[in-house]
Amino acid sequence: MDLIAGIARWFLDPAHWQGSAGVPTRVGEHVLLCAVALLIAALIGLPAGIYVGHTGRGANLAVNLANLGRALPTLAVMGIVVPVTATIDPQLGFKVYPALIGLVILAIPPILVNAYAAISGVDRDTVEAGRGMGMRPRELLARVEVPIALPVIVGGIRSAAAQIIATATLAAIFGGPGLGRYLVEGYAQLDYPMMFAGVILVGVVFVAEEATFALIQRRLTSPGVLQVRAEDLARMEARLGAGSGG
Amino acid sequence: MIDGGWIIDHLDVIFGRAVQHLYLSAIAVAVGFVISFALAVWSIRRRAVYGPIVGVAGILYTIPSLALFPILVGITGLSDLTAEVPLVLYSLLIFIRNIVAGFDGVPSEILEAANGIGYTRRDRFWQVEVPLAIPLIVAGIRLASVSTIGLVTITGILGDRFGGLGFFIFEGYRHGFPTELFTGGLASILLAILVDRLLVVAQRRLTPWTRTDRSAAGQTATDSARAAGA
Repeated sequence: MDLIAGIARWFLDPAHWQGSAGVPTRVGEHVLLCAVALLIAALIGLPAGIYVGHTGRGANLAVNLANLGRALPTLAVMGIVVPVTATIDPQLGFKVYPALIGLVILAIPPILVNAYAAISGVDRDTVEAGRGMGMRPRELLARVEVPIALPVIVGGIRSAAAQIIATATLAAIFGGPGLGRYLVEGYAQLDYPMMFAGVILVGVVFVAEEATFALIQRRLTSPGVLQVRAEDLARMEARLGAGSGG
Repeated sequence: MIDGGWIIDHLDVIFGRAVQHLYLSAIAVAVGFVISFALAVWSIRRRAVYGPIVGVAGILYTIPSLALFPILVGITGLSDLTAEVPLVLYSLLIFIRNIVAGFDGVPSEILEAANGIGYTRRDRFWQVEVPLAIPLIVAGIRLASVSTIGLVTITGILGDRFGGLGFFIFEGYRHGFPTELFTGGLASILLAILVDRLLVVAQRRLTPWTRTDRSAAGQTATDSARAAGA
């Protein structure tokens, strides 16, 4: 009970809501770090996944690279990047880039694999129908394959975002920004209320991210796709086994 | 930038940390698997418990490890349990999802055929369902192992007696010593990739019937996509 009271007192203390170590700043840093990492990962993972899914070329390579990326411990990646960026840019490098690069590598595999699996899993009969209507490959991709695959593609981005949010706390180990600072400093000072406040704030960011993506996924599902018989969708999902994250 | 002499001088320490890394990981994966298998089988028998079990495992999974390890210090003090309890908790979501998906993938005609031949429920489970569920179960072991090896590096936050190879990352950062950071980082990565490769080989050996070259890439992608749906 002392702990719960301590956490409540921590949140009620106005000093914790101001300045460079205050909640708004730390939450802002955390969200910005995650958003930039997710954006970079999507800029790499989406085109690669869609290309491989559409053409079927390089599927083995893409899947193997994604599996390799998934095997890399994020803290280890950050640890390797720290001295490199510290040499290149002593001011900023030490703080942001190691975390950013570690998070980008963490986020690419789910984005790439979901995009690939979603595009290559689109019902061949549907694609043939589009071709029969005279669509060129690019049109097929933009007007048939991507709209049908979109919910699963976004599902990949969503699961990448979910992983990034908790993992971004590791940035603080190397003096980086974000909510991890409450965890690292809380442990260093044995300030348990501060640590738990950090955990709660990470949870709040996570819930906000999930709610945002649930909304996006609903909006992005093409009305035409909604009309597809439910059993078709169920079959597609089973075939993809793809985590739509929802 | 890299001091080769330091690495050669510390080969025995590095090897010791690699052993610690594997030891911490192996215990967590084994315990996590046993708990998850029981929970997964329960979920298959009683569908209603699956949602709550995955929900709780999912919430545990979202707690930053950087917080959970230190929180455990308040409960267990500093012992191997401080590292193992969170490692086990983090493995549950991956394991339960994959094991349940493995059993769900067994076609109902096969179950009926087994019933028709006269299998008892227990024999049907161990002789028919488990072998057919193995590809996804092993895929789960692979994912959980790699994830656990990554998490063990973070136990270094607890102090010098933890961390496995991650110890060098924390110490190297503290001393501003790039060689040690590279050593800890690269050795952790090599260990994760090595274990991942070994488990791929094990997966193929255990399930030779799933290995047709044409479908191999698609199958891996499907497994990965399924697993990626966190």
